[in-house]
Amino acid sequence: MTPIAGEEIRALVRPGRVHRRVYADQAIFNLELERIFGAAWIYVGHESQIKNPGDFVATRIGRKPLLLVRDAEGQIRLIHNQCAHRGSMVVASDGGHTDEFRCCYHGWTYHLDGRLKAAPLLHGYPSHFDPKNPEVAMRRVPRVASYRGFVFGNLAQDGPSLEDFLGYMTTSFDDMIDRAPDGELEVAGGNFKHTYKSNWKLYLENLCDAAHPLFVHQSSIDAAQAQSDAAHSDGSGEIAIRQMRQNGAPYSFWEAKVGIWTYPNGHSFLGDYHDDAKLVAALDDPMFRDYVAVMEAKKGKAETKRILDTRRWNSNVYPNLSFMSQFQQLRVVHPVSVNETVVHTYTFRLKGAPAKMFENAISFANVVNGTGSLVLTDDLEIYTRIGFGLLSAGAEWLEIGRGYEGDLADEHGGRRGKNSTSEVYIRNMMDAWLDLMTADKPGAQRVAGGGSMVQAAEIRP
Amino acid sequence: VSSSAPVRASARPTVALSVAECEQFLIHEARLLDEARFDDWLALFTDDAWYWVPSQPNQDNPRDTISLIYDDRRLLETRVRRLASPRIYSQEPRSRTSRMIGNVTIEAVDADGQGCTVRSKFQLLEYRREEQRAFGGTYFHRLVRTSTSIQIAWKRVDLINCDAPHEGLVVPF
Repeated sequence: MTPIAGEEIRALVRPGRVHRRVYADQAIFNLELERIFGAAWIYVGHESQIKNPGDFVATRIGRKPLLLVRDAEGQIRLIHNQCAHRGSMVVASDGGHTDEFRCCYHGWTYHLDGRLKAAPLLHGYPSHFDPKNPEVAMRRVPRVASYRGFVFGNLAQDGPSLEDFLGYMTTSFDDMIDRAPDGELEVAGGNFKHTYKSNWKLYLENLCDAAHPLFVHQSSIDAAQAQSDAAHSDGSGEIAIRQMRQNGAPYSFWEAKVGIWTYPNGHSFLGDYHDDAKLVAALDDPMFRDYVAVMEAKKGKAETKRILDTRRWNSNVYPNLSFMSQFQQLRVVHPVSVNETVVHTYTFRLKGAPAKMFENAISFANVVNGTGSLVLTDDLEIYTRIGFGLLSAGAEWLEIGRGYEGDLADEHGGRRGKNSTSEVYIRNMMDAWLDLMTADKPGAQRVAGGGSMVQAAEIRP
Repeated sequence: VSSSAPVRASARPTVALSVAECEQFLIHEARLLDEARFDDWLALFTDDAWYWVPSQPNQDNPRDTISLIYDDRRLLETRVRRLASPRIYSQEPRSRTSRMIGNVTIEAVDADGQGCTVRSKFQLLEYRREEQRAFGGTYFHRLVRTSTSIQIAWKRVDLINCDAPHEGLVVPF
């Protein structure tokens, strides 16, 4: 691969603008796999997916297939799903339980932590072949760390710790976990996989975009607002109808009432955009009253109020994780090629909460993440249209400057938009992108925040 | 027949639903969908019907597991209304579809023969914007005879690739 000089990469991002090559150039994409997915902390799964020794799930970092495993000692391991012999993928399923991993080609077997256990015909290998050599293994990803059950892997040996990388975003994870009366989450209810023909970065760039719903989702907004509530409902469609109607809130609401916050390393979250008490706080809903009662019994009134008063919509952890604490949803964006992306979505059960709360989360997953959703399908259409559009150099520089003049410092070391429709979170992701793409070596990422805001102000035209 | 229920002997034919009758109904439904007559399709469903496309093979419950589509009557009405919107960008351009129905069997019949669960196989081609997708699987319909017609009390669609990565699924199966 021809290296791309740092200067050439830096020239692709200008104040409030980004060059189309960032989304459309295969060479840039290849470099992203190395410098972003090879250096940042990447979400690989949740501890509840591998509860017992021998449990494993297939996962990936970038395009590298991996296995997240609970080994015989109960340790969490992240190993390459690849045989040391001829490079074959060892495990072909999405997950399961096993005592060992065995390659189907020549029968090499591995311990749950990836070490070679046995191989047939070992006498046939040359004298310098050492089955105890740690490189003759299903090799381990250099660094694995959990934040309260959320497991991340890092392909770089060195760099900031997971907690330093997450920074203030740990509070969004806390928010999701705190909502469980027993203080624990559990992945449950199946996962969607959806795909679109466009660049991976567009997905997170849409998830805090408060200016798009009124336009992209007009068909479902109109249809839901015209819907008679007299029609029969078994209750499962309630949350979908409310979500679609709320997407039709006027621009004045989106501008003033929501809020957008960003933090170092490309992270961000959007404030809650629902004033419908039945949708989020659901205070009038009998099911939610039962939940609050359980929470108060376990955590006390004041702590319950503090938890439920926290209102965040999507929390984005750069480069490819987004989750929603209020409805226990999580999405992981996997790059496939410069112009193809797959997104895997998960739902969590709040341990100790009434069963109805989980049914509500499932209904919500169907509308925001479902491949047949009345809402998501229009987002997927937009991503693919951007993919088509960016095949052309007709529009060379793309605008990410909305709200540029008004970015404000945030008390937790980030910057926020003056209005909720600010594209500050995209500019913040592009800052992280530049940091990683131009780093001298993987992992040499900036940890301190706020600097880029000052820098941007200095070079403002 | 309950002694307290009003008996209107002439209101319903007494002939049980036959395989041939069910098959003709399914072919009619497929034609409505292929011709994008979605309002007419909606009218086939009972007032408390549901329409379900599971996300997992052998999924037994739409409440505790996600679904590609799980619509109660109200959400189904919203889905059909959206399909008619000029602002439905995921249907611009519109899909063209072609469905084949076959292997129709009656799996269960009500005591009075006026309702039954029908299993059938389908193959569906969808063409949109220079790309063709193929879907296939099993339909389950709960059909009931009313005074004037046959209606769908529920419909379940098991795609053989229900758990694959999909682009948007907009036209009903």
